[in-house]
Amino acid sequence: MNTKYMNPYLAGFLLGLVLLATIFITGRGLGASGAIKSIVVATVDGIASKHAEGSHFYGTYVGPGKDNPMKSWLVFEVFGVLIGGFVSGLASDRMKFVTEAGPRIRPKLRWLFAAIGGALFGIGAQFARGCTSGAALSGMAVLSTAGFITMIAIFGTGYAFAYFARKLWI
Amino acid sequence: MGPFVPELISDQLNLVVALVLGIAFGAVLEQAGFSSSRRLAGVFYGYDFTVLRVFFTATVTAMSGVLLLGYFGLLDTEAIFVNPTWLVPAIVGGIIMGIGFVLGGYCPGTSVCAAAIGKIDAMFFIGGGLLGVFAFGELFSLYGNFYDSTSLGSIKVFDSLGMSQGLFAFLLIAMAVGAFAVTTVIEKRVNRSSAPSLEFKSRSHFAAGAGILALGVLFIVLPDRKTHLINKVSDPKYATSHPVTVMDADELAFRIVDREPNIRIIDLRSVDTTMSRSLPGAENITVRDLFGKDWVPILSRRHVKKVLVGNDEAQERTAYLLLQELGYENLAVLQGGFQTFDKTILSPGSFIPTGSRWDADVKAFREKARENILKLIAENKSKGSKEPKKTKKVQGGC
Repeated sequence: MNTKYMNPYLAGFLLGLVLLATIFITGRGLGASGAIKSIVVATVDGIASKHAEGSHFYGTYVGPGKDNPMKSWLVFEVFGVLIGGFVSGLASDRMKFVTEAGPRIRPKLRWLFAAIGGALFGIGAQFARGCTSGAALSGMAVLSTAGFITMIAIFGTGYAFAYFARKLWI
Repeated sequence: MGPFVPELISDQLNLVVALVLGIAFGAVLEQAGFSSSRRLAGVFYGYDFTVLRVFFTATVTAMSGVLLLGYFGLLDTEAIFVNPTWLVPAIVGGIIMGIGFVLGGYCPGTSVCAAAIGKIDAMFFIGGGLLGVFAFGELFSLYGNFYDSTSLGSIKVFDSLGMSQGLFAFLLIAMAVGAFAVTTVIEKRVNRSSAPSLEFKSRSHFAAGAGILALGVLFIVLPDRKTHLINKVSDPKYATSHPVTVMDADELAFRIVDREPNIRIIDLRSVDTTMSRSLPGAENITVRDLFGKDWVPILSRRHVKKVLVGNDEAQERTAYLLLQELGYENLAVLQGGFQTFDKTILSPGSFIPTGSRWDADVKAFREKARENILKLIAENKSKGSKEPKKTKKVQGGC
C-alpha cells in the first residue's frame, strides 16, 4: 500500500487545476467555512426559527422565500470533500481513528486546543468572509485584494503567534 | 465561454457539480498530506513546509489559468466572482484565524478532510468551528457595524497596488518560487532527518521553477485580451484592409420610423450621455462591455442588423471591427456618428438644400421622421428612465 504523500508541488498543481475548473465552470471559487455556517444557520433556524429570522446575522440566510440554508453550493462541495478525503485515505491506507499531537502534549489537551482553534476559525472566517480556502486561496486566484489581505493576516499571525504555541507541536 | 452558471448549468445541476468538485478537492488535499495537523502546523515551525508549497503552487496555477483563459477569450473574467473586500474585518478575521491555525492545527477545509480519515482532533476542530460560528451569530449585534465597515467592493489587488495585472502576476510567481527555494533550505536545516524536501529531485524542481518563471515573464508582456484586441482594430492599417458597412442617418431614421424588427441599435456612448437622448430601442453597451457574455444573445442574432451608434464614426468603426473580430456578423456603423444623426434628423430646420430634384421629398421625410422619432424617444423616457443593465454576476464566497 502506498502511504506516502504526493509531491507537494504536484499536489498544489492539481489543487490549482481543481480550483481553476471550479472558477471556469461555476464562476466561483472553492470554500469550506461557508458550509459550517450553513449547518449552524440551519440548526438555529430549526430550533428557534423566529429567533433566526429576527437576527441580523442568521436573517440574511433564512426567512420566507429563501431556500433551505443546507441547499447551498458549499454544503454540497464540503460533503464532496468528506467523500474525496475518505476515498483517498482508503486508497493510500491511511484510515485510522487517531489523535495527532505534538510529542509533549496529551490527547485530551490536544482535543481542547483543536476545538479552540476551530472556534477561532469559525469566528474569524465570518469577519473575513471566508477561510483559507474560500477567502485566501480562491480570492488570490482571482486576484481579489481581500484574498491577499486575508492570506497575509492568517499566515503572518500564525508565524507571530507560533512561538507561544510551540509546546503544542514541537 | 465560461463560466457556465447560470446559463448552461442550472442551480440544481450546479449542486451536483459542487459535489464532484468537492470530491476532487478533498482527494487532492488528502493526497497532499493536509489531513495531518502536525504536517500543517509544521509550516509555522520550519520542520515541514508542505502547506506553503501546496498553497502557493495552487494559487499560481489557478491564477495563471484564469489569466490565460481570459486572454484567449474562453472565460469571461468580468462574470466571475471576485471576493469583495471589507478591509479591516478581513485583517481582523485573518488574525483570529491565524491564531486558530496555530492552536488548532487545521483550517476548515483540511479539518473536514482529516476527519474523513478518522483524525479525532479534526473532529474536535469541526465541533469548535460550529460553536464558533454559533457564538458569532448570537453576539452579532455587538459588532454588526464593524462587520460591515470599510467595504471597498470587488477590488483587484493589482489596482490596489497601482500596477498592471501582468506585472503583479509575475511578482507573485517570482515570490512563490523564491519562497519555495528559501523554505527548502530552512526545512533541511531544521529537520535533518525527515524533511519532506530531502526526497525532492532537484533537477526537475529547478526546471519547473524556471518554467513557471518564464510564464510569469510572459504575463508581463501579454497585454490583457481586451486591450490587445482594441489596439489591434484601432490600427489604421487594419482599418484600411477591413471595410465596414455604413448606414446613413436617413436610412436609420427610415428604419426606426418603419419600426423594422430586424434592426437593433447598439449605443456605444456612456450612459450619462445617452440618458439625455437615447434612440428608441437602443441597447447601451460600451466598447469594453462588448467582450462579455451578457450581450451574446443580442449580438449573435444573424438576421438582425446591429447598427452601432457612437459619439463619432471612429468609435463606431473600432466597435465594428472589434465585433467582427469576435465573430459577430451583420453589423453597420452610423455615418458620422450620433452627432450627424442629431443634426440631420433630430434638429429642426437644419436641412441644407443640395440642389437635387429630391430635396423637397427628403426635407419632408426628415421632418416627419423627426416628429416620429422624438415621439418614440419621449415614450421611452416616460416608461421610466432605462436603467443600464446590470451584469449578472455569479454569487460566491463562504
